[in-house]
Amino acid sequence: GVATAEPTPAGKVQFEEGAVKASLTGQAGDVANGRKVFKNRKLGNCLACHANSDMKDELFHGEVGPTLDGVSDRWTEAELRGIVTNSKKTFEGSIMPSFYVVDGIGRPLKKFAGKSILSGQQVEDVVAYLMTLKEQ
Amino acid sequence: FAATASIAQADESASLEIEGETFVTKTKAPAHAENLDEIYSGWVFRADETQTLQTDDFDNPGFVFVDTAMDLYEEVDGTADKACSSCHENVEDFKGLRAAMPRVKDGKVQTMEEIINNCRTEHMGAKAWKWSGTQMSSMVAYIGLQSRGMPVKVAIDGDAKPIWEQGKKLYYSRFGQLDMACSNCHEDNYGNMIRADHLSQGQINGFPTYRLKNAKLNSIHGRFKGCMKNIRAEPFKEGSDEFKALQLYLASRGAGLTVETPSVRN
Ligand code: HEC
Ligand code: HEC
Ligand code: HEC
Repeated sequence: GVATAEPTPAGKVQFEEGAVKASLTGQAGDVANGRKVFKNRKLGNCLACHANSDMKDELFHGEVGPTLDGVSDRWTEAELRGIVTNSKKTFEGSIMPSFYVVDGIGRPLKKFAGKSILSGQQVEDVVAYLMTLKEQ
Repeated sequence: FAATASIAQADESASLEIEGETFVTKTKAPAHAENLDEIYSGWVFRADETQTLQTDDFDNPGFVFVDTAMDLYEEVDGTADKACSSCHENVEDFKGLRAAMPRVKDGKVQTMEEIINNCRTEHMGAKAWKWSGTQMSSMVAYIGLQSRGMPVKVAIDGDAKPIWEQGKKLYYSRFGQLDMACSNCHEDNYGNMIRADHLSQGQINGFPTYRLKNAKLNSIHGRFKGCMKNIRAEPFKEGSDEFKALQLYLASRGAGLTVETPSVRN
């Protein structure tokens, strides 16, 4: 990531054909934390929809989305940041939640109103983790 | 994939028979469910053990609540000193009603819960029951049981049309922090695992359903609420116009499936 930039609030993120070039926080992502965010049911809960061989020990991988094995061979870091930030900019009408978005949400539960699912840094951490998923 | 193979998968080709009667758990979708070719009862997607529980009324835990309702039916309550049985001697007379519910009268949707509470407050002088309370769910199941095995067929034309349209709109609307519509899970992804859950079409022909998860009968609106909370959306109220419209729309998507009340789900 770019070490000097200011954090970008959800809603102010610039997309270029679905991709987001700069780090959302100006900080690099933390792979180990990204792995935690990925599987935590209250955070990314990515396993709900995606299988991931790197997490073989976890029970119950979903089948709603494609397996994320080797995902960094298919997408660049900027594209992955864009997909996790706002999946709909890449996949129109997707069931996949947009993890760093606050606008246009209908009837959010009060405790989540005005909040994105993940923080900017958690998105960066997940993206750093996704970048480690390569075809063997 | 290894991790999902450990889940006891439903036998999707199994057929449901209860007490010698065969149920329609899979059939051609009605024309107004334009994005579906076939419709399936939620029973189809449940694990073998759960499926089996529903094939025998002695094993079906929902029948404990039917027994409760049989007692309530005879129980005098309220200022008029009447029981349900004072006016409705044979509960079998309600055969067919559940299959046609909800129905639209004078431009308003009427659910079984409302009919029952209307009799309690207007004819018995008794207090209304809570929408998803044990007494109400039990009675809704008991009345519904009289139609078990009959194909669902609700009216969606005339007066019902605008309400049906409202329900359809809600079904395809995204809600909550996760920003999902009912259709995302139950139309686009039925048959897929979402973490440990095997997604069904979200049909309502089995309601009230006995769920192993909370060991009680669950109302239709209670389930809608649960699904909305799961996507971190502020649910509509039980008995709200929104949930009643959604119920009418969902009932119509299940036209041709048989009433399974009370069904067993996980
Ligand atoms: C409710 C389902 C759901 C959840 C939860 C979900 N995704 Fe997705 N994801 C999808 C679907 C479906 C697609 C395929 C694109 C489409 O059809 O919309 C997808 C596509 C992707 C892709 C592109 C994969 C490829 O190979 O093309 C990536 C990367 C991705 N998701 C990452 C994530 C991450 C990281 C999380 C959690 C932080 C996550 N997803 C959570 C449903 C989901
Ligand atoms: C994130 C996915 C998801 C969304 C969105 C969702 N549901 Fe569900 N729903 C489930 C799961 C998982 C179950 C339990 C397994 C099953 O029956 O599909 C379920 C069960 C149901 C059932 C019970 C089916 C049965 O046979 O017992 C109904 C009815 C239902 N949902 C209706 C709805 C409605 C109406 C909406 C929209 C307001 C909705 N769902 C939104 C995931 C979802
Ligand atoms: C004092 C008489 C009386 C009592 C007691 C009574 N009802 Fe009713 N019920 C009626 C009448 C009259 C109707 C016709 C609609 C109306 O006027 O409410 C009716 C209609 C119904 C219907 C709809 C029938 C149909 O085909 O449209 C159901 C179901 C029902 N009652 C169930 C019950 C239950 C369950 C109880 C007890 C909790 C009960 N009733 C108690 C008088 C009564």
